[in-house]
Amino acid sequence: MRRITYRDALREALREEMLRDKTVFLLGEDVGRYWNGAFKVTKGLAEEFGDERVRDTPISESAIIGVAAGAAITGMRPIAEIMFGDLSALAMDQIANQVAKMRYMFGGQAKVPVVIRMPFGAGVNIASHHSQSLEAWFMHVPGLKIAMPSTPYDAKGLLKTAIRDDDPVMFFEHKLLYPVEGEVPEEEYTIPFGVADIKREGKDVTIVATLYMVHKALSAAEMLTKEGIDVEVVDPRTLVPLDKQAIVDSVKKTGRIAIVTENCKTAGVSAEIAAVVAEEALDYLDAPIKRVAEPDTPIPFSPPLEQFVIPNEKSIVKAVKEIVY
Amino acid sequence: MKLKKEKMIEMYRKMLEIRHFEEKAFELYGQNLVPGTLHLYAGQEAVAVGVCSNLRRDDYITSTHRGHGHCIAKGAQLERTMAEILGKKTGYCKGKGGSMHIADFSVGMLGATAVVGAGIPIASGAGLSIKLRGTDQVVACFFGEGASNQGTFHEGINMAAIWTLPVVFVCENNLYAMGTRQSRVMLIENVADRAVAYGIPGVSVDGNDVLAVCEAAREAIKRAREGKGPTLMECKTYRHKGHSRFDPATYRPKEEVEEWLKKDPVLRFKAKLVETEVLTEKEADKIEQDVIAAAEKATKFAMDSPYPEPEEALEEVYA
Repeated sequence: MRRITYRDALREALREEMLRDKTVFLLGEDVGRYWNGAFKVTKGLAEEFGDERVRDTPISESAIIGVAAGAAITGMRPIAEIMFGDLSALAMDQIANQVAKMRYMFGGQAKVPVVIRMPFGAGVNIASHHSQSLEAWFMHVPGLKIAMPSTPYDAKGLLKTAIRDDDPVMFFEHKLLYPVEGEVPEEEYTIPFGVADIKREGKDVTIVATLYMVHKALSAAEMLTKEGIDVEVVDPRTLVPLDKQAIVDSVKKTGRIAIVTENCKTAGVSAEIAAVVAEEALDYLDAPIKRVAEPDTPIPFSPPLEQFVIPNEKSIVKAVKEIVY
Repeated sequence: MKLKKEKMIEMYRKMLEIRHFEEKAFELYGQNLVPGTLHLYAGQEAVAVGVCSNLRRDDYITSTHRGHGHCIAKGAQLERTMAEILGKKTGYCKGKGGSMHIADFSVGMLGATAVVGAGIPIASGAGLSIKLRGTDQVVACFFGEGASNQGTFHEGINMAAIWTLPVVFVCENNLYAMGTRQSRVMLIENVADRAVAYGIPGVSVDGNDVLAVCEAAREAIKRAREGKGPTLMECKTYRHKGHSRFDPATYRPKEEVEEWLKKDPVLRFKAKLVETEVLTEKEADKIEQDVIAAAEKATKFAMDSPYPEPEEALEEVYA
């Protein structure tokens, strides 16, 4: 099968959906022909679809989302890009109070098919305002769906599903994943929401990991194989809806679980997943639930400081060994 | 501006509908029949009616926490509006929204937001949708002078301006944001002056004169429909009641309230219609009696309607 980058897979999804459906359009800061998006995801799209449908905006995050909402409830399918996930804080009212709640508070009258794309993640030394992973904020807001693809294949398939969905979808990418290559078929496909992917089968311990941490978990699993520990890596792919069944099924098989996420440990996504396991699969556990997450600090700048706070293969291996005995 | 007689009578009827609807709502909450709070539109009728009398059914509006008047002026039914305020299943939002979140998409009423200023970029988005779909609809975006201090005002109007979107931004300046008088939170007297910052026309009109509002709105809406972009239109008005339930509005000087009550937009328009022989006193009274009956009927409908089943709270979070 052909191999393309995560960035190209996202661009293919955008392009194919724009060709398929005239109501799909993009808006965001520097997504157009002059910059092609901060991470070059939208390269070439303005040239192909015009500046009206690949729309550069002023630096106005709140209005980017508000405008997307207004367009969505009147028949369009906007895809809004927030240049860095951290900046979603500027648009939080529009995301959490308007986009997420319009359908509900208007008694089902509104359809809000907005996709809000943004990159998350630390590891490139750009400090506290450009490095956070904030999926837990949005997971706490009913009305939003959340997709977090870890591979080019998932990125394309999930983005196409997100664009066709009639609900608002928060689409979280990872800045370290854009250049990563993977297999993506030439032919059309979509990936349903709420279906986890077992990225690696194993029988001794389950690791649930999201976004870039899926890759860290897979390398940790290779290291653990050498020590005779057979790891299963479950990638939920969407946090809302969450494929609880896949997580519970894996725990039933292995009896052990470590949850690896790139966000603060306190009230993070790993806490929610741990609670699901505690509620629905406690009797199958042979060891305590382990969480590998960031400490409760902002993301620091200096390379040794930053690397210290991001979960890595070593911290995952250590956590797994603590529950496999 | 020359309006047809029937058009003026229709506008008068709409203003009365809002006035009597709000009086019923006020009466109901006095009897503890309205859950939560209410922000009454009484006193500002000329704004909603003056603007919406220029709109087509397929045009859009966005609204605020003080939104009953916008709904009624855009053509929403009194029955379902009142039912929503009472939290009933027959309400526009099936009881999920209440007074602060009424929407009626069937008449282009895209919903009221209770976050001050949040509707401004949403209105611009509806305007962008119109532009991309290539129709000749327009959007009227209602908000108060308090909202003009929000970032969304700047961001939303600027985007509408740079993209020449068909949106009329209607600032209902009723002088007070809750208890905060305008002069304490902005150094300018006319919110319309802020239009200069966006390179768009700004007009300030007597918001208690429905014909003045109608004329200014007609100009702004025509401009929007012709693809010439947005206008910031400020209507100087005054709410008759406090900000919300339980607010006796003691922060407003008595003389000021009296002065504004003399400028009651409904009474003024009636006097004008009688004086110009569009209506006789008798005909005006007849219209008022009909409207009172309609408000009574809406109230009865709302009172007689069932509450939603509790489990309906779980529905419509997602499509």
